[in-house]
Amino acid sequence: MALLDIKDLSVSFATNDGTVHAVNGINLSLERGETLGIVGESGSGKSQLAFSIMGLLAKNGRATGSVKFDGQEILNAKPKVLNAIRAENIAMVFQDPMTSLNPYMRVSDQMAEVLMLHHGLSKSAAVADSIRMLDAVRIPDAKGRARLYPHEFSGGMRQRVMIAMALLCQPDVLIADEPTTALDVTVQAQIMKLLDDLQTQLGMAMILITHDLGVVAGSCERVMVMYGGRVMEKSPTDPIFADPTHPYTQGLLAAIPRVDQKGDKLSAIPGSPPNMSRPPAGCPFAPRCDYVMEVCQSVMPPLEGFAPGRERACHAAIDVVRAGPKHHEDLPMEAAADELDEADIGLPPADLEAAMVHANQPIEESPDDQR
Amino acid sequence: MTMIEHDKIKDMSNRMAQAEVKGRSPWADARKRFFRNKAAMVALFVLLGVVLFAAFGNYFAVWDFETPDFTVMGSAATLGMPSIENGHYFGTDDLGRDLFARTIQGTQISLMVGIVGAGVAVIVGTLYGATSGYIGGRTDQIMMRTVDILLSIPYMFVLILLLVIFGRSLSMLFLGIGLISWLEMSRIVRGQTLTLKNREFIEAARATGVPTWKIIIRHIVPNLLGVVAVYATLLVPLMILTESFISFLGLGVQEPLTSWGALISEGSGTMRNGTIWQLAFPLGFFVVTLFAFFFIGDGLRDALDPKDR
Repeated sequence: MALLDIKDLSVSFATNDGTVHAVNGINLSLERGETLGIVGESGSGKSQLAFSIMGLLAKNGRATGSVKFDGQEILNAKPKVLNAIRAENIAMVFQDPMTSLNPYMRVSDQMAEVLMLHHGLSKSAAVADSIRMLDAVRIPDAKGRARLYPHEFSGGMRQRVMIAMALLCQPDVLIADEPTTALDVTVQAQIMKLLDDLQTQLGMAMILITHDLGVVAGSCERVMVMYGGRVMEKSPTDPIFADPTHPYTQGLLAAIPRVDQKGDKLSAIPGSPPNMSRPPAGCPFAPRCDYVMEVCQSVMPPLEGFAPGRERACHAAIDVVRAGPKHHEDLPMEAAADELDEADIGLPPADLEAAMVHANQPIEESPDDQR
Repeated sequence: MTMIEHDKIKDMSNRMAQAEVKGRSPWADARKRFFRNKAAMVALFVLLGVVLFAAFGNYFAVWDFETPDFTVMGSAATLGMPSIENGHYFGTDDLGRDLFARTIQGTQISLMVGIVGAGVAVIVGTLYGATSGYIGGRTDQIMMRTVDILLSIPYMFVLILLLVIFGRSLSMLFLGIGLISWLEMSRIVRGQTLTLKNREFIEAARATGVPTWKIIIRHIVPNLLGVVAVYATLLVPLMILTESFISFLGLGVQEPLTSWGALISEGSGTMRNGTIWQLAFPLGFFVVTLFAFFFIGDGLRDALDPKDR
């Protein structure tokens, strides 16, 4: 049995503009010790998927389906059940380390709180354990630094603290929600390396949510590509880079700026993600797709396996997609690149999200406004 | 040469390590900023002076606050003038009671009213508002509508009724002031909580399984204390004013006990008889203290929220 088993998970938010369907019928299973990458641009529902697993959805959010941890149903479970599982079994690292720590509490107190709560340790034992964990995430002089307040740490160090805090109870699953987005590239690499090492040491499973394909390539065994709250493609990591079989995955990979290719234009996927308060009847990617067919507008393609461990949801035949976009040279991608404003040029490499045309209103954010 | 450099750097890094270990809390930063604010510091010393006066002034008083001095009784305007010789430093009132001792006594009561009122507001209002705001939903609705209803009742009227029906006692006055003081505070705190509860560190606390009440006590409340402290310092004078008004009406503190409001009331009644000191001394203390509280409140706000300047 899989460690984490998600069946037909949907998340919707009741907002003033109607119901926003952030996640639509996701199936997913995670084995012990495995690393799964979830990729997609802003608003594709990756974070809300993670929040619904943790039971952290906003008040107006509703999750349906089933999430089983080790056979126990945890979706919409009682707060007491969830509180016992959080940190102890499933832990989470958040996107922005700058705001994830309470500014008025010493780092050691904040970490010790978790241990005192879950393991019933005394304060001094909990602080000692916290310091050991800070050492493990390679914070120099952990003993001295533990007594500091969050504002005395740099961004990278704070993310280390967050990781240490998430790992205190040695969880079975770590959900890392864009753990490196707010950090600069060098620190990013350090954090990813750290996560990798710790994962091997502790033998935990990890769900890595990111829009950075470089991060995925470096550390994930499997990848799930999401768009419009749906799974577009699931695959082991290596084949997806070598042989993307979904137009969206192809678009994502093409949008990574490469150092070895000359040219002043960044390629992008034209258009913006669909408004999920009125989800399209067919494939959500259809309006932006190079291979779009009539059937795409009205029928959502099912997720079908085509090779061991590989699944895709697309009406276009696999060979057609492999052959590349029909009107590749002149049309949409290049044209769209022209329209990109200055800000989108000169990005950090492999920063997928920024390389794509920004959505005016990422759905991911809109439910937060309602809280 | 390199050796010296090396030693220097080592020495420096040691010193830095030592300086760093302590950890400077946001509170310590705010304290530093507050101490640099001259107006607030002056106000703090003035207030300290008033408090010391209330606490230890009696050691310097020749007379107590309730025994009339029969030698000046009846001729307060002439014999009851402030003088060092007969020990009436602030003069006497019309009954020949020593105004110095009475001012001390009034200061004690007025400060106590202010501090008790603000104290109740801080404790009850903060917990009530933070709970309401953090839990949200229907609980929030019910809790806040209760506050709205209580606020819509004219509190002065209720306070007067309370004092009339249950008798004019000091404890009833404290009770009445305690009952009303936390309402505004709970609203302010709730508003702040709403902005706080979506911050990521609250989410992070929830993600680590911290139960609701612990999040409120350990994560929400400490982050609110800045606002609460500022509002509390502004609330103290408000409470003193309320008590003074009630005492001015004759419903508050009862003879022979007194308060600033009662003293001012008496003083203003006799000010045309040439006994202006009966008004001037209590009024002076009253105004100076209120000013001090306001300046301290201002200083606290600037210190705790440096971005707003």
